[in-house]
Amino acid sequence: MKLKFALLAALTAAIAGQALAEAPGGKYAGEADRMFRASFKAENPKYWMTRLEQDETMKTCGEFRDNPPRKIGEKLEKLNKATIRYPVDGKLIGDWKEGEKLAAVGTGGHIGFIQPDPPGRVRGGNCYACHELAKKEIAYGTIGPSLREFGKIRGQDEDTIKYVYDKIYNSNAFTACTIMPRFGLHSWLTPEQITHIVAFLVDPESPVNKD
Amino acid sequence: MIQRFVRTLAAAAVATACLGQAAAQDAKVADELAKYREALADGNPADLLEVKGEALWAEKRGPKNASLEQCDLGQGPGKLDGAYAALPKYFKDTNKVMDVESRLVHCMVTLQGFTQAEVTKQWYSTPGKDSDIEALVTFIGAKSNGKPINVPASHPAEAKMAKMGEYIFYRRSGPQDFSCAICHGQDGKRIRLQELGNLTTREGAGVAMKTWPSYRVSQGAVWTMQRRLIDCMRQARWPEPEYLADAIIALETYLQKTATGTVMETPGIKR
Repeated sequence: MKLKFALLAALTAAIAGQALAEAPGGKYAGEADRMFRASFKAENPKYWMTRLEQDETMKTCGEFRDNPPRKIGEKLEKLNKATIRYPVDGKLIGDWKEGEKLAAVGTGGHIGFIQPDPPGRVRGGNCYACHELAKKEIAYGTIGPSLREFGKIRGQDEDTIKYVYDKIYNSNAFTACTIMPRFGLHSWLTPEQITHIVAFLVDPESPVNKD
Repeated sequence: MIQRFVRTLAAAAVATACLGQAAAQDAKVADELAKYREALADGNPADLLEVKGEALWAEKRGPKNASLEQCDLGQGPGKLDGAYAALPKYFKDTNKVMDVESRLVHCMVTLQGFTQAEVTKQWYSTPGKDSDIEALVTFIGAKSNGKPINVPASHPAEAKMAKMGEYIFYRRSGPQDFSCAICHGQDGKRIRLQELGNLTTREGAGVAMKTWPSYRVSQGAVWTMQRRLIDCMRQARWPEPEYLADAIIALETYLQKTATGTVMETPGIKR
């Protein structure tokens, strides 16, 4: 009995400890934010500097070290779900061959004066940075789960297709503060490009679903 | 030196060939990458820069025709042993927490009489244009080789700077929702084939911090920690920070504090 109490007490303390963990920066968080923003070159054009702005999701995720309490997480998920937009023709599955190209492209969007991307450089999903996809590509990262044979395992029904589209468009609609970028929300990818990546994942003909 | 360089090239070629064959398995790939790094370390081009830095340190230069030999990097004027490993640090004379680069620039301005703009104009090298700062920092860094990183951040100003660095580490923004933590907050992950250190642990931060400054094979140049972190922000798709900005020094303080106790192996050599 005593042991049970001790365990319970330890567990409670551990949970409370986690919940009460200080936000990064502690009492200096506000000052640190101003210092961070003031640390960028004056020559940066204003529209570059907007990239330092934080929406509620970013701000909250930082505060909780990307691990918000469930109640707050749910609120953020709802908020993000509401941002999802669909292609005009309503078709959520595109061309897997286009998706395959986008999955491999890691360039685009780099700014600054030292090594910016040339203007008009294609932006991709850079899926392989974090996920295993087609079998033949061995240079894949492991930050995200393996998506190898995704369509084979999950199928191609309407719900799955919509889920994949929504997840790529705004990953935080499902898991608040996930590492995965919100590709649609930030217009990093167009809705049409997202449908191509959806096809790359679920189409039975895609190399993701071939041996 | 040339012989060593040829040997490096040959070793790199062999290692690259090994890499091609290793395509079959993850573990094998990681293994070969480790061997590749080992082969590269056999003749580090940063050694040349270290020699150049040593000469620059002792040379009388600038309007005041003075050397840097009286520069105080935190251990007293001219004391270089272990100085790099103990930075960033609070300096009473400037009332600021300074890293090796901001302190070095401070010395070049106060002792040699250069202007800050002159000194920092070529803070990193470009093809055909060497950087004195890179050479000097490589030399200063090497004087901490074998010494444990020692940034306990016990001075209130240092403790504050480390906390501010922690804040920046977790701060998410930009068109990819990035923060430092999303790639460097977990153990055992990879981006493409590149292993990622968990910089929130002593081990991870130690591995990351002990080898700087480092020769970057892919860049053909030695990178300082300022250069490294400013490029991290480029990768995050953020605008460009100012060289020697407080945000960079804060991150360095946070990382060096976390890495404290790890023995320095510098100059390093990396992909």
